[in-house]
Amino acid sequence: MKPQRALGGDDRRVWLIIAAMAVVALLFIPLSQALLGLRFTYTVRVVALGGSILGVLSGALGCFAVLRGESLLGDALSHAALPGVAIAFLLAGRELSALLIGAGIASWLGLRFVSALLATTRIKRDAALGIVLASWFAFGIALLAYIQSIPDASQAGLDHFIFGQAAAIIESDVMLVSAVGAIALLVLFLFWKEFKLVTFDSEFAGANGFRVGLINTLLSTLIVVTIVLGLQLAGVILMVGMVIAPGIAARQWTHKLDQMVILAAVFGAFAGGLGAVISALDRDIPTGPMIIVVAFVLVLISLTLAPGRGLIWRRLRQRQNQRAFAARNTLRDLYRYALAHGAANKPAPDSFIRGVGDRSAALGLRQLRSEGHVTLGAAGWQLSESGITLARNDLRNQRLWDLYRRYAHELGLPAMAEERGQEIAALLPADALARLQAKLEEGADS
Amino acid sequence: METRSDLALSIDDLTVAYDEKPAIWDIDLDVPEGALMAIVGPNGAGKSTLIKAILNLIPRAAGTVSFYGAPYERARSLVGYVPQRGSVDWDFPTSALDVVTMGLYGKLGWFRRPGAAERELALAALEQVGLVDFADRQISQLSGGQQQRAFLARALAQDAQIYFMDEPFAAVDAVTENAIVNILRELNQRGKTVLVVHHDLQTVAEYFDWVTLLNVEVIASGPTAESFTLENLQKTYGGRVSYLHGGQLLAAGAP
Repeated sequence: MKPQRALGGDDRRVWLIIAAMAVVALLFIPLSQALLGLRFTYTVRVVALGGSILGVLSGALGCFAVLRGESLLGDALSHAALPGVAIAFLLAGRELSALLIGAGIASWLGLRFVSALLATTRIKRDAALGIVLASWFAFGIALLAYIQSIPDASQAGLDHFIFGQAAAIIESDVMLVSAVGAIALLVLFLFWKEFKLVTFDSEFAGANGFRVGLINTLLSTLIVVTIVLGLQLAGVILMVGMVIAPGIAARQWTHKLDQMVILAAVFGAFAGGLGAVISALDRDIPTGPMIIVVAFVLVLISLTLAPGRGLIWRRLRQRQNQRAFAARNTLRDLYRYALAHGAANKPAPDSFIRGVGDRSAALGLRQLRSEGHVTLGAAGWQLSESGITLARNDLRNQRLWDLYRRYAHELGLPAMAEERGQEIAALLPADALARLQAKLEEGADS
Repeated sequence: METRSDLALSIDDLTVAYDEKPAIWDIDLDVPEGALMAIVGPNGAGKSTLIKAILNLIPRAAGTVSFYGAPYERARSLVGYVPQRGSVDWDFPTSALDVVTMGLYGKLGWFRRPGAAERELALAALEQVGLVDFADRQISQLSGGQQQRAFLARALAQDAQIYFMDEPFAAVDAVTENAIVNILRELNQRGKTVLVVHHDLQTVAEYFDWVTLLNVEVIASGPTAESFTLENLQKTYGGRVSYLHGGQLLAAGAP
């Protein structure tokens, strides 16, 4: 009686895509060697690894930013990190962990400032985000200009933090990103249920005794950590793309949160790795834009091709529905006309049926004819045997639904999930159906 | 004030203010165990605010609320909640079964994950609202009424003593309305206490045995037969109500 959870089309599709991505990634290595003359030197391998690890992290956590409608918050927070980088440099010199801690603190202060603005003023959310983004970023740029003017510091390459520079990444950087990223993913794993509940329905979470404020802060903090870890690679301006693009692409392929997060991690790894490798070809190619270009190609492909949500699929589905509706309406019109004129096989004049059904009549007639339910004779459109049976069943189904809506309660029929055009006989248990049919024989619907 | 044990819910002097204006003002309300109560009032009367304040979802300016004599912090497991359908994003990547399973998260507590036992409970709740065939369906592919029923099933899965439902009948189809009414009656028969924010005055007397008329303050509260009178309705809604509904409705509600 209970539906068994089989490995549905959705699940298989996600694994197929993951396999396809792996194949593409594997093929990329020999192909790029042959076509681009890319040599997988030690540096390139480090960069690719760093980009991929970062992509996993930002893809997985970015899903929550996307689902919470906080893409712009991510953008504001990454811009807000810049002054932290500059101040940390002035205080501690060019030590990556120090720079990232500075970035994290600045970004987190930006987050608190947005919350404070929203709580104490009547400023709208988008304006509050705009204030933090612009002012923090401006302050950061001013500080960078000042740092550039200090003779000793001009080679620090802090401006790489604006657009990202993969070539600057060394092995210890990758280790740092991996270690902190692993902790962030572990936290995500531990609080999975809480993050999911708060993201979907924070009111209900609150009513169930979950500390919504705390969970929100934890989740936002994880997103800040992700952004900060990615700054060196993707840069403050475009880091948001790395956070949201994999999630947006993954959402198109699946209806399950766990699959979405896994798929986003795979997409993120692909975009991060590939983008970083391409930009490592030449010091003049900034890494951030490269990664984002790859990521948004994935988004574009997903939005177009994904079954269920993709544009092409939706368009096809729409056409199919249109044809089905047109066919059903035309069938009803033909049947009603024929019965009104004496018998179910009485033909209806072409002009009449097109007049009633307008443009959809042409579509419906073509559909019905191709299925052999109508024929066109000299007197007009005539229902075939199969057409009459179909029309009769359709009418009966309609009348049963009407009765169900009116008498379900009185007859003690089970509550059902009603869907337009569904066969009611297939949905109701036999005894319930019998009671409903008895009602129909009584003529209760006339 | 002493709390009597047969009161499922007792509210004293509850006030909630947005900015300077009170949204609900000095609410005193006692709900006996087993009551099936409608909360009715015009738009902006503070019906949803009242429920959210009871559940501690918004800060209270003043007042106390107790469930079976205990404050909310100690009575959480007794409380089930059906928020307004419009309060969540139905495009969230999750299935109907998953949404219902969320009703069990509170009992699981931190870190623990739902397993086979929770799945069975969630399926049973879906069965009760007639959605078991839709368990694996993505929630955006449910109709509005089916979404409302999924929310109801989630509250049923909570297996609470006292339920709060915010406009469960808003914009639902006839089948769903019937399903909800059946569930309400069943909960009532099992001795549960149910408070429902309701907007359809026509059905108050038919569906509910208790009623609270609210317009920022409590205008009247008690058994429907005594409290759901034309006079009280006019105090709650202003003069409009007699024009809209006439005496026919009140014949059903009069003692």
